[in-house]
Amino acid sequence: MYEGVVQNLIDELGMLPGVGPKSAQRIAFHLLAADPADVKRLAHALLEVKERVRFCRVCGNVAAEEECRICRDQRRDPHVICVVEESKDVVAIEKTREFRGRYHVLGGAISPIDGVGPDDLRIRELMTRLADGQVTELILATDPNLEGEATATYLARLVKPMGLKVTRLASGLPVGGDLEYADEVTLGRAFEGRRLLDV
Amino acid sequence: MLRTQKLGEADRIITVLTKRAGKVRGVAKGVRRTTSRFGARLEPFSHVDLQLHEGRSLDVITQVETIRPYGEALVADYPRYTAGTAMLETADRLTLGEKEPALRQFLLLVGGLRTLAEREHEARLVLDAYFLRSLAVAGYAPALSECARCGAEAVRAFAIAAGGVVCGSCRPPAATVPAAETITLMIALLRGDWPMADASEPRHRTECSGLVAAYLQWHLEHGIRSLRHVEREQAREPGREWWPSAGEPGAVSPPGAARGFDPKSTPNSHIFRA
Ligand SMILES: [Zn+2]
Ligand SMILES: [Zn+2]
Repeated sequence: MYEGVVQNLIDELGMLPGVGPKSAQRIAFHLLAADPADVKRLAHALLEVKERVRFCRVCGNVAAEEECRICRDQRRDPHVICVVEESKDVVAIEKTREFRGRYHVLGGAISPIDGVGPDDLRIRELMTRLADGQVTELILATDPNLEGEATATYLARLVKPMGLKVTRLASGLPVGGDLEYADEVTLGRAFEGRRLLDV
Repeated sequence: MLRTQKLGEADRIITVLTKRAGKVRGVAKGVRRTTSRFGARLEPFSHVDLQLHEGRSLDVITQVETIRPYGEALVADYPRYTAGTAMLETADRLTLGEKEPALRQFLLLVGGLRTLAEREHEARLVLDAYFLRSLAVAGYAPALSECARCGAEAVRAFAIAAGGVVCGSCRPPAATVPAAETITLMIALLRGDWPMADASEPRHRTECSGLVAAYLQWHLEHGIRSLRHVEREQAREPGREWWPSAGEPGAVSPPGAARGFDPKSTPNSHIFRA
């Protein structure tokens, strides 16, 4: 245990994902030794991200304005929506340059054991987007793990009466993994070879 | 495999119910990376052959071989997936101590998942049978043929706190009076009499699920979280609506209205709300 303020910093850092107590301590001492200007810039960036960044009112992606960059881009195909769990998956897919449609960010995956059901995700918003009949294909790009698959199954069944084409990213993606860890080539290939979902 | 939780950058903490050593927690290193040799083998529902290395705080998983990957079958069928999830959570909750042998709970869970994946019986029936039997193994079998209090044969009501069916004179004021067929169904499920259970009527199945769920929640202090999300195969009760009804704040036109999509037909009937 350290003096109050130092311990506070270690505790706060330790709450970040992927940062254990050892790493938290290392980062804290790095900051203590760092140039005050550098630390100020970091603190400013932290505050700014909370003040300025919000979620796109259409797709749920992180956005600097009311709508995200992709939703505002008129060149993007409005007939295809790619459904992902998190904003970081949008980034991963954008890197492949395979996809020219729009996105929908669910904000997670269905996981009953963690108390997360369909109502806790942005599924209602997705249904609203599909209502006007403009979208013809829905690509389900949830993570290739159990929760992601269950979420895809749920969505495919839900939109079935609407009669649109529902596809799932092709296998070849590492099963059990996180989408964000897939390399661009694999993810790009998975897009090209997406399969029709029939539930 | 009972459950997995993310740990750090790419690891997972894995909770397994083992045949010989009861419940064990271990770390699967790098499992979320694309290059992981464990891949999908360490997903919930999988029946695996596992090798662990004893670590300082948590054991480290060194080898996994799949015996039966029940997850694949369950995940393609949403009601079965939710039922399976409730099974895993119950098994986790009924095996309290880590590394305390729980052979009967293990066999019951493997059998339950297999039956669920085989799709021969309605998912919710399989789940209710599993609930009743795992409660029985844990020492909480409900009394179903004789009064839970005095042992008299003439039974009428079901009283959760009393431990099952009760006779007219032992009956507490709050006890419910289920249909006789519902109690018969519960007995069939507890015994594993599938021909009898499969022949039961939907309304008795619904009543049975309600009683079993309430009984389970009463015995497990914090309840089973995933039970709220369990779906029945066909919607037999009015489903929850997807959007605020007209006039409410945030009301939108029903999704799919342009396509003649009836939102009430979505199989989203939450039978039991905790
Ligand atoms: Zn957007
Ligand atoms: Zn009595």
